[in-house]
Amino acid sequence: MAYVAIADRDHEQHLHDPQTFITKYIWSQDHKVIAIQYSLTAIFVGLVALVLSGMMRLQLAFPDVFSFIAPIEYYQFITMHGMIMVIYLLTALLLGGFGNYLIPLMCGSRDMVFPFMNMLSYWVYLLSVIILLASFFVPGGPTGAGWTLYPPQAITDGTPGAGWGIMLMLASLAVFIVAFTMGGLNYVTTVLQARCRGMTLMRMPLSVWGIFVATVLGLLAFPALFVSAVMMVFDSLLGTSFFMPAILDRGEQTAFDGGSPILFQHLFWFFGHPEVYIVALPAFGIVSDLISTHARKNIFGYRQMVWAIVVIGGLSFIVWAHHMYVSGMNPYFGFFFATTTLIIAVPTAIKVYNWVLTLWRGDIHLTVPMLFSIGFLFTFIHGGLTGLFLGNVVVDLPLSDTYFVVGHFHMVMGISPIMVVFAAIYHWFPKMTGRMFNQTLGKIHFWLTFLGAYSIYLPMHYLGILGVPRRYYSMGTTDFVPESAQAMNIGITYSAILVGVVQLVFLVNIAWSIFRGEKADPNPWKANSLEWQTPDTPPKHGNWGPDLPVVYRWAYDYNVPGAPEDFIPQNTPPDALHPAGRDHGKAH
Amino acid sequence: MATDAAADMPRGMEGVVQDWANDKQTFQVPWGKAMMWIFLLSDTFIFSVFLTSYMTVRVSTTEVWPNASEVFALTLFGQSIPLILIAIMTFILITSSGTMAMAVNFGYRKDRAKTAAMLLITAFFGATFVGMQAFEWTKLIEEGVRPWGNPMGAPQFGSSFFMITGFHGLHVSAGVIYLLVTAWRVWSGFYDRKGTYETVEVAGLYWHFVDLVWVFIFAFFYLW
Ligand code: HEM
Ligand SMILES: [Cu+2]
Repeated sequence: MAYVAIADRDHEQHLHDPQTFITKYIWSQDHKVIAIQYSLTAIFVGLVALVLSGMMRLQLAFPDVFSFIAPIEYYQFITMHGMIMVIYLLTALLLGGFGNYLIPLMCGSRDMVFPFMNMLSYWVYLLSVIILLASFFVPGGPTGAGWTLYPPQAITDGTPGAGWGIMLMLASLAVFIVAFTMGGLNYVTTVLQARCRGMTLMRMPLSVWGIFVATVLGLLAFPALFVSAVMMVFDSLLGTSFFMPAILDRGEQTAFDGGSPILFQHLFWFFGHPEVYIVALPAFGIVSDLISTHARKNIFGYRQMVWAIVVIGGLSFIVWAHHMYVSGMNPYFGFFFATTTLIIAVPTAIKVYNWVLTLWRGDIHLTVPMLFSIGFLFTFIHGGLTGLFLGNVVVDLPLSDTYFVVGHFHMVMGISPIMVVFAAIYHWFPKMTGRMFNQTLGKIHFWLTFLGAYSIYLPMHYLGILGVPRRYYSMGTTDFVPESAQAMNIGITYSAILVGVVQLVFLVNIAWSIFRGEKADPNPWKANSLEWQTPDTPPKHGNWGPDLPVVYRWAYDYNVPGAPEDFIPQNTPPDALHPAGRDHGKAH
Repeated sequence: MATDAAADMPRGMEGVVQDWANDKQTFQVPWGKAMMWIFLLSDTFIFSVFLTSYMTVRVSTTEVWPNASEVFALTLFGQSIPLILIAIMTFILITSSGTMAMAVNFGYRKDRAKTAAMLLITAFFGATFVGMQAFEWTKLIEEGVRPWGNPMGAPQFGSSFFMITGFHGLHVSAGVIYLLVTAWRVWSGFYDRKGTYETVEVAGLYWHFVDLVWVFIFAFFYLW
């Protein structure tokens, strides 16, 4: 008996059509609704983190003005800002949001393979966000350990939030990991097992590839964070000594003995470095699709792009200790990890060349998504180059823990993925809502955000080279930092406030367009991938109407000589291209 | 039985790539099974990190590590036998893997009663294992072993012991519930109506995994 693919078996396709408002929009099992729930929650906490960063910047520029920001609060803000941005905003938005929305639509599936578990994933994520935000209201406030949460200081008295704050943070992370696992198993299985006819792995749009590999990274990297959270909770609540050596606390011997703080650093970065790629790879994938679509040209080197994503994903597990050059680990480790770190630059550079070569002599439409995509190229190349500095042990030693590092990681994993997030929201907004956003507001949003972000982070590299340390709530008086550094700090703060306020333009544009925007064409960008070929816009529950789509080609057939139009959707059969009576040879 | 079409197929590495890159599905298995494999891969990382951390603190601690064969000895018939309880527990768990395999086998033959019976026996062995572990915990706690310290030596001994066996025990307990639910579904004819017992094998995967992890815990914690 021939094997029937699961997606083709009728009895597996029992989609329960939601009846009431509640099952349709709240306890929904539809991947598109879950995606939007994820995205809205993530954007909400992201705004909290943005406000926190604004307050930090105010404190840095005007050290004596704000009485409610003492060192304690500064540490708490910095920690919550960093953690929220990396985990609760970017990871949740790129995988829970775009992963959920795009995977079934781009692969030609009706939904994720286990919709109920997918729904649970969102609600558990929401729970983790609530636990996280609750830490603002407990005695002692949120933890101020820095987003890296290094013990011993994270759980010893004297660090802000060393009691309640850190426990809630660890609990929230553990809950987040459970949520991520439920979602992630769905994404991976859907990509592997539930594609439509003709959708081979090597025809999948790069967005799906990026999200897919990033999810695999998450499933293998989050365990390290999960286990270290468990062990840290035990150290703090039960008095075990996994991470705690024998130490004195304000002159008194603590009960801890014989644990290894370096172990935590290894575990944290075994998670932490792949985490960088968990947010970067989906961004890589999405930006590849956007550049190709808006430059009306096939992506340069599709196979290379796929392999680069896979290779970067694999390598990202053996570079983690480049965050630990100053930790006192064995210097030979530094040699090994510097080498692997520089090797990972090769596939990354291949990707950058391919993006640029895709643009080269393309028919570039400077739409809002395209502007943000090009903005990403700038910030990413910039952050990538400074990464080469920090990857080398000898260069890293003086730069470590300075503003050079702050500038570097904001460029490469802060602003770059955010650029792609904006690009992607603008790009898919017409499909998600059936309406068009306001282009002029979008362009204003782009230019102010892009230039503003540059004027925040570019000067930070210079501050770092001057030696201004990171995680200081004010510079104080130090001989080696010239007076002018403070002037620069004030300038950075003005830009930061500007960038923060400009996001209102985005929010207003989105909120207004959802209700009042012009009705959008089902395929306004004339894109090839399947999500633009749905029978309804926004797509209905089950996505495809009675029949699943059939795919005949990759997603990058733009400007194919001889084709009737400048794009050929993935589900166009070959004979539809040469209608009877038409001599397609004439086109030459 | 080479047909013409088969002769045209790419061979070697290229053939492998093409098979994997097939449309619709990469592996010819049910969704649940594929997902279980991926979950187990992720869970492998959890236990690897637990074990690696245990080994690291065992090396980093400055105090002597208690001798496992003395700590885990039982006095039976007036004789102190090292590791006897753990040996029995390990034996029971491995036996349960055998009964699980039989359950899967009967499942493929659509033998409702025997599949359910084998699942129940497997669950019973699992519950016995958890019970014996509870006994072992009680014994150690009575001897003064606590997560934060113990009379025999390095405090990390107790911390790692409770954490790792506890986490594994939770997995076994969850597995017992999972097996009971599956047994109930088999018995009530759910899979007969569905026409396939594939899902029994998915539970089997989980169960074998939990057993396999135990073998590693046994080797690294009790034998080292
Ligand atoms: C307008 C946007 C942003 C501004 C103005 C901003 C500002 C800041 C400031 C002032 C610090 C503290 C530097 C220090 O004192 O050492 C910081 C730290 C940090 N930021 Fe941002 N940030 C922004 C966006 C982001 C984004 C999008 C991410 C996402 C990855 C991010 C991730 C982090 C991390 C991980 C830290 C380190 C926290 C720590 O040291 O524990 N930030 N940011
Ligand atoms: Cu890194």
